[in-house]
Amino acid sequence: MRRLVVVGNGMSGARALEEILARGGDEQFAITVFGDEPYGNYNRILLSEVLANAADEAVDDDDADDLYLNPLDWYDENGITLHAGVRIVRIDRHAKVVLGDDGSVTPYDVLVLATGSRSFFPPMEGMWASNTELTRGVFGFRSLDDATNMLRHVQGRHSAVVIGGGLLGLEAAAGLQAHGVAVHVVHPTEVLMNQQLEAEASKVLRSKLEQMGMHLHLGVKTNEILTSDGSVSGVRFTDGSELACDMVVVTAGIRPNIGLAMVSGLETQRAIVVDDTMRSVDDDAIFAVGECAQHRGEVYGVVGPLWEQAAVLADVVTGADPHAEYHGSRLATKLKVAGVDVAQMGVKAPERESDEFVQFSETGRGVYQTVVIRDGTLIGATLVGDVSKVAALTQAFDSRSALPEERVRLLFDLGAAGDASAAADLPDDTQICHCNGVSKGDLVACVEHGAESVSACMTQTRASKGCGSCKGLVKEVVEAALGGAGAEDPADSYYVPGIPLDKPTLMREIRERGLRSVSAVFAALAPDGNEHVGSKMGLTALLRMMWPDEFVDERDGRFINDRVHANIQRDGTFSVVPRMSGGVTDAAQLRRIADVAEKHDIPMIKLTGGQRIDLLGVPKEKLQEVWRDLDMPSGWAYGKSFRTVKTCVGTDFCRFGLGDSTRLGIDLEERYKGIEGPAKMKLAVSGCPRNCAESMVKDVGLVAVEGRPGGSTQWQIYVGGAAGATVRKGDVLATVDTHADALRLTGRFLQYYRENANWLERTYDFVPRMGLDHIIGVVVDDTEGIAAELDARMQESVDRYADPWATDQVDRTPGQFHDALPLVPLPQVPVRGAAR
Amino acid sequence: MSTETGRVVEARLGPVEQIPLGEGRAFLVGDEPVAVFRPRSGGLHALRAICPHRGGPLADGLTDGEVVVCPLHQHQFSLTDGSCATGAPDATAYSAREEDGELVVRLR
Repeated sequence: MRRLVVVGNGMSGARALEEILARGGDEQFAITVFGDEPYGNYNRILLSEVLANAADEAVDDDDADDLYLNPLDWYDENGITLHAGVRIVRIDRHAKVVLGDDGSVTPYDVLVLATGSRSFFPPMEGMWASNTELTRGVFGFRSLDDATNMLRHVQGRHSAVVIGGGLLGLEAAAGLQAHGVAVHVVHPTEVLMNQQLEAEASKVLRSKLEQMGMHLHLGVKTNEILTSDGSVSGVRFTDGSELACDMVVVTAGIRPNIGLAMVSGLETQRAIVVDDTMRSVDDDAIFAVGECAQHRGEVYGVVGPLWEQAAVLADVVTGADPHAEYHGSRLATKLKVAGVDVAQMGVKAPERESDEFVQFSETGRGVYQTVVIRDGTLIGATLVGDVSKVAALTQAFDSRSALPEERVRLLFDLGAAGDASAAADLPDDTQICHCNGVSKGDLVACVEHGAESVSACMTQTRASKGCGSCKGLVKEVVEAALGGAGAEDPADSYYVPGIPLDKPTLMREIRERGLRSVSAVFAALAPDGNEHVGSKMGLTALLRMMWPDEFVDERDGRFINDRVHANIQRDGTFSVVPRMSGGVTDAAQLRRIADVAEKHDIPMIKLTGGQRIDLLGVPKEKLQEVWRDLDMPSGWAYGKSFRTVKTCVGTDFCRFGLGDSTRLGIDLEERYKGIEGPAKMKLAVSGCPRNCAESMVKDVGLVAVEGRPGGSTQWQIYVGGAAGATVRKGDVLATVDTHADALRLTGRFLQYYRENANWLERTYDFVPRMGLDHIIGVVVDDTEGIAAELDARMQESVDRYADPWATDQVDRTPGQFHDALPLVPLPQVPVRGAAR
Repeated sequence: MSTETGRVVEARLGPVEQIPLGEGRAFLVGDEPVAVFRPRSGGLHALRAICPHRGGPLADGLTDGEVVVCPLHQHQFSLTDGSCATGAPDATAYSAREEDGELVVRLR
């Protein structure tokens, strides 16, 4: 059996071993590993967490299990001989043996050098106590020993200086700060983390760190460590000034460990020079990997490239792929620096005149983002403070894929739902519709089989027929498959697919022709007068809104939920949610609900997200009886309608309350209950900016805020928020002084939405589509002079409201509540009680 | 009601007006649940009442003259032959007719 020796048991040595084992290397080789640290190998990246950890014996701590990549047993289990704590001092390349500092001589056929790197200690007075020993109180930050020694020392100390404001230095600083010492970071330039960040990004990071109480000394060099009684007492800067401290951490960079390679006659420059197979350029039996390797002039100090190198090395060494080659890495890093998210990939700043540079800076929030684009390809990005777009950017960076025309979309989801990624570039197995499991390939196949429009593909695959949030992406995919712009689908502008008119035109036709029923609309406006099943609900909703009084109610135009005023469940039973305005109830009501639940064997009673009580599993034929027994009005939890107003406890009880959110919530719900529209409308009212009712993610959300000095509480009205399949923070429509104004503006906005939104278009799409400024103009400033009409039409709808549970105590159609699944025993759902 | 080797194949189910215009209602023919639809455009159609996809109640579905849409997952089935245009298995189609104002369903 051939002998494989690995020198270095850090992350790269271990990774190389894992890759070799994964390729059956244990069958080919007797494997021996040398590591000069007396541990199994551990995740160096987590050292800053070890340091931040308050436990002073982190190594013995259970948490430290996470730190170890491979514990000592792992070596046994894989038949690997580990010499932890033995340092290899020389390679005899002619005899093919390595010599240990314990006198051992170990032969190899293949040798892997993974010696990593070490802290660099710049020459400085006072740094060293002896040739090998640092002054007491001076530390590097590189190994587990460094971290544990620092932890031991930090107890009872007051002040620490970190020399070097790179990534490692800032992590050390944050770790020490967690122990309550005052931390001073000294960095020779004005740019913290200058390896990764350019000046502007660094400034944002800097102000974040300062907010966290870190003391930063930039553009300053240290030239002496001051000692007293053999221990650190301070540092002196080149300008002669001094700073007292009781410990110093030196993070002034790392240097590859190449001493072994040098004394053994291998070619070294900054590190051990290797070719594309990770082999030393001097010796076919010797490989190098990780921070000690120099490939095509680059030495990498982060893990990404190391993973790639280890895989190539293992391919070559085991013969799994003797022609494997490493061609260098494009660096993309994402890390948390002292609690601040930072992601960086590629170049830091534009390098050529023709490079595009998109820059966003919001220093107040500590957010800074840039992208650099060359010839339509993303070549660099920097994100500080907000890294939410890092996944998409990394993908664009790695795959060099096409970028959105509006570059700013790389950094922000602008407005509406939908994904800005280039549809044409997605792999075929990418799932587009998560509700109905439709992949890009399914949609493309639809087009290949002759579907000529987005709506045809949606119908055939049911893509976007679930929650609907993927509609934009479906459209992009189908349009790309159809061949781009040539595939303009006029049906997209129709209010409903069966009537070839957009909403304003359709409404005008309906009004002019006096069409008051769904069947009349089909007869007058549909091609050949044909009914269309997928258009009925939308027309019903529109006609009910347009003709509050004169609508001719054809029940076959309604979805089953609207025929029986309950929400159909998977087994064909229904859920019953009574109105509980503002989420406020009382003992008698709860007792009644409990009685009803018991009497009718309700399988599940559940609190809803809208602060109500849901009785689930009611068979259709029992609905009327359940309503009668409840003696409560419908909560409209089934309709494309005004649903509920979530509230916080407001001023009555909450010690922070500024406005009576509960009262306003109840009044809103009592006024606008059951108002139908193009989609559901969910509201909330919060009594103070703590926003406990989550007002910013509602179709309409109100927040009480402190008024101008001397004034009273005001209400901020947010519109177009969502926190379902799509998440969107609402936009401020207006800030009003009174409860009455809040009620009226809410109603006016909802009426404008009812009249102008497309079928199933939620406010989160409607508001950005119309434009916030336009909506404010119409609804608040009355720029179109229609505010009074909107108010009047909403008032008409409010006045005509009738509780459907009361009116439908008498069947409106024959067999309205007739069982639709005879012989199937219902409910089929399991009966679930409260967790006990 | 006529039978063939003990199995009910045809049943008279009472007045057609039990089904509101444009809607569907469920009936039992022997022990077979059948959804019968009465489009506004005329005629009567019958399908097995239980959606072949996930068991949804087809009689509760929206219809036009051509198809019924299951209320649970929006699969569409042809009223005339039960074929599914949206990727679920086909539904079993039966025949329904009106005789002297009465609904007659035949299992085929």
